[in-house]
Amino acid sequence: MKVGVVVFPGSNCDRDMYHVLTDVFNLDAQYFWHEKSLPKNIDAVILPGGFSYGDRLRAGVIAAHSPIIKDVQKLADKGIPILGVCNGFQILVESGLLPGVLLKNESLNFMCEWTDLIVENNQTPFTNQFKLNEKIPIPIANGEGRYYVDDDVLKQLKKKNQIVFRYSKIVNGSSNRIAGVCNESGNVVGMMPHPERAVESEINPIDSKPSSKIFESLLVKMGVNN
Amino acid sequence: MATFSVHVTIENKPGISDPEGETILNDLVLKGTHKIVSKIKTAKMLKFTIEEKDKKTAKIKVQEICDELRIYNPMVSKVTIDVFDA
Repeated sequence: MKVGVVVFPGSNCDRDMYHVLTDVFNLDAQYFWHEKSLPKNIDAVILPGGFSYGDRLRAGVIAAHSPIIKDVQKLADKGIPILGVCNGFQILVESGLLPGVLLKNESLNFMCEWTDLIVENNQTPFTNQFKLNEKIPIPIANGEGRYYVDDDVLKQLKKKNQIVFRYSKIVNGSSNRIAGVCNESGNVVGMMPHPERAVESEINPIDSKPSSKIFESLLVKMGVNN
Repeated sequence: MATFSVHVTIENKPGISDPEGETILNDLVLKGTHKIVSKIKTAKMLKFTIEEKDKKTAKIKVQEICDELRIYNPMVSKVTIDVFDA
């Protein structure tokens, strides 16, 4: 299977993601510059973290107008798994592929620390190897990571099982402590924390490395035996 | 055609917290002698310079641009548009 890693001007986690996909999970990954097209036969697409366009105007909003987003939208409509991490999540909400918005953290600080996530939906292509309510220690690194939806949208997210990850405690003021959501079909997932920074023992102090299951879930979804 | 300066002010809708404005109010202004101030809201302003036939058209055009390109996020922000002679 081939996984596309989209690169925007200012992406800075694209190489980390590519390294994890290829060197850790033996996947066939390829970079795609944001002004290029995505091939129709690609199996999954990942929008990595970073600071596209220097977070100017609002994190993710300028990249959301990049030509490649139209292809991401088409692939999303076909059910292809799409994952947005951190700035990738911000781009997915700003392009309308995911609901909600990401505001500045309540503290106004850039937050860079390990935190715990709780898995709320284990039916997505990126979470099918988790147990429901499983705890994932994982790093966050963002300034605009406070997920916000109004009460009506929050009710819809709960009803349609679109909340994928929640923080185990209040981290940044996110609505309902939400850290990641999916679209109604479940194939488009966005999350603020960085799983690509937590799947190798050299940089993960926890033996079990539960973030690996995000990538292992994708392998299972695609029927790949690594 | 004339040149206009169109000021687009983007601020949080009521109900969306503005921790920067609250900090400026509570930890700066109200710690002085300015007790008459009851609220401070932060906002971002973009100044467009635009060629249009009149102020009304200039305002409509900039509103269209802001809506089309999501210059502001309508879920959490509102815009106020003011037009001036450039």
